[in-house]
Amino acid sequence: MRDLTYGEAVNAALHRLMEELPETLVYGEDVGVPGGVFGVTRGLRKQYGERAFDTPISESAILGSAVGAAMMGRRPIVEIMWADFSLVALDQIVNQAANVRYVSGGRLTAPLTIRTQQGNAPGACAQHSQCLEALFLHVPGLRVCMPSTPQDAYDLLVTAVHCDDPVLVVENRTLYFGRKEPVRTDGPVQPMGGARTRRAGSDVTVVTWGAMTHQVLEAAEALAREGVDAEVLETPWLNPFDTETVIESAGRTGRLAVVHEANVTGGFGAEVVARVAGAGVPLAAPPIRIGTPDVRMPAAPVLAQALVPDAARVIEEVKRLTKAGAP
Amino acid sequence: MSERRLADLLAMWRIRAFEEKVRDLRAEGPIVGSVHLCIGQEAIPVGACGELEPHDALFATYRGHGWALARGVPARPLFAELMGRASGVNGGRGGSAYFTAADHGFHGENSIVGAGAPIACGAALAGRFDGSHRVAVSVFGDGAMNQGAVHEAMNFAAAFSLPVVFVCENNRYSELTPIADMVRAPRLADRAAAYGIPGHRIDGNDAEAVRFHVRDALEVAREGGGPTLLECMTERLVGHYIGDAETYRRPGELERVRRREPIARLREGLLADGVPAADLDAVERRARAEMAAAAEAALAEPPADPATAREHLYA
Repeated sequence: MRDLTYGEAVNAALHRLMEELPETLVYGEDVGVPGGVFGVTRGLRKQYGERAFDTPISESAILGSAVGAAMMGRRPIVEIMWADFSLVALDQIVNQAANVRYVSGGRLTAPLTIRTQQGNAPGACAQHSQCLEALFLHVPGLRVCMPSTPQDAYDLLVTAVHCDDPVLVVENRTLYFGRKEPVRTDGPVQPMGGARTRRAGSDVTVVTWGAMTHQVLEAAEALAREGVDAEVLETPWLNPFDTETVIESAGRTGRLAVVHEANVTGGFGAEVVARVAGAGVPLAAPPIRIGTPDVRMPAAPVLAQALVPDAARVIEEVKRLTKAGAP
Repeated sequence: MSERRLADLLAMWRIRAFEEKVRDLRAEGPIVGSVHLCIGQEAIPVGACGELEPHDALFATYRGHGWALARGVPARPLFAELMGRASGVNGGRGGSAYFTAADHGFHGENSIVGAGAPIACGAALAGRFDGSHRVAVSVFGDGAMNQGAVHEAMNFAAAFSLPVVFVCENNRYSELTPIADMVRAPRLADRAAAYGIPGHRIDGNDAEAVRFHVRDALEVAREGGGPTLLECMTERLVGHYIGDAETYRRPGELERVRRREPIARLREGLLADGVPAADLDAVERRARAEMAAAAEAALAEPPADPATAREHLYA
């Protein structure tokens, strides 16, 4: 066990991966000598030399070369500094990486890992704030995860790099410098998939992922003080997604809320609700989605805070949900 | 010398006969969908592929049948791929425009213009770490020169001295539009200077010229000298795709193109060197017979099994 922040846990995972998998490479904009704009790749260049390097500001070249290197047996771990920047090179993720295994019938594979980070933070502009996981979740052939704790930041990255498919690890920059927590950094990591029951409860199931998990947990504690016992399921892996655990929990509590920072329309929350509905889970009230409304993201913190869900909004909406449909 | 040229002639005839057979099969029904033929451009793959080592990587485009054949992918599983047969190189998952045959050092067509160039950089990068020091050859058309991904790839390869040979098949048309109307500086090879790499405009209808320059570029790449851009001037004898009405052609254009296309030119050269016409006709007949037999065999093979359509998505 080591006491690590979320950012330090990512760094520890990268060091472990460079150590245990000689075929790994770490590269991207400013990740080598500078150690990354958030310091997450610090020390890799010094320790592993040419295997960690800086690239031009060329997302297509970064992602495309990762596809090619992965096809030839390397395990590149590339960084896209902001998830928003992946949009300039989406071709290499969607048309290229996701197709390699399927089209070749498994004769070629693309075991690359794309590390990126997303979400709103005070003062971030509209092009540095988006939550894009649903775009990637719409694409068969990719794996997608979003860690919210130091342990998951470590485990999910190790699992992603060992995976033989293209994986997006979507981190969150508001978590990098959070408080230190004990992290198991030796031995096996948690397997791909699954849900984490962050709080057991009996009145309502709240499913969430990414940094929003922390808002939801804060809300759940406040709700408990008001007599609402919320079960908080965090699903750090969105593909594969642990539908069974969500169905089991929603069936038990009879109420479902899905909370994500991404805007609501076409968000993965819609998919979660559809899966639960499709499974015929009897609910006492219609399920709800809590997310950012369908608008662009303003830079001024006072404006952004009016849009991005926070604990107060989760409390309010979940309270309303628990009262709805009550006999 | 004339032996190698006869071998080039056979290799080019194999590609042309393959493509003409594909055209027939597309008209008759066994091949469906979008098909891009390389008739007229055969000298480039034939000249280039002979210089590659088995461990080198080749990334082509949707006009890639000729590159696959020149790289040594057998015709029968290629026909089978185009006809959606289980025995196709990708079991029918790739089709005409997006198949791979990695066992033969053919790392795939790509049906996104210019997308293969960054991927080729990665294959070259991998070779730096796995000890193979493979060279990656990235093939694309003149149209791709206006894609951002190709610019990024050329700079990426140049900055890191990656062993990549960028082969631009300039057939003068970006799909249906003259490349001359889409650029201000028509010599695409000149762009190499901006990346600090060698660039040559060469006769892409002469397999020997292609061979000479590719060999040179490979040598530079293998010695750590980084990438080269070769702009191979050529012309399509056919449309961008099967069904292209080619309304953009000027009067008499195709007649002129036919006089300088690579097979006619090489045949003329060999005749002038005293090779009997009967020998040259025999080369064509042999290629056509091989391709007819391969197509017939592929046609008789069973279609891909629908029960397998969901397989191989994830590890």
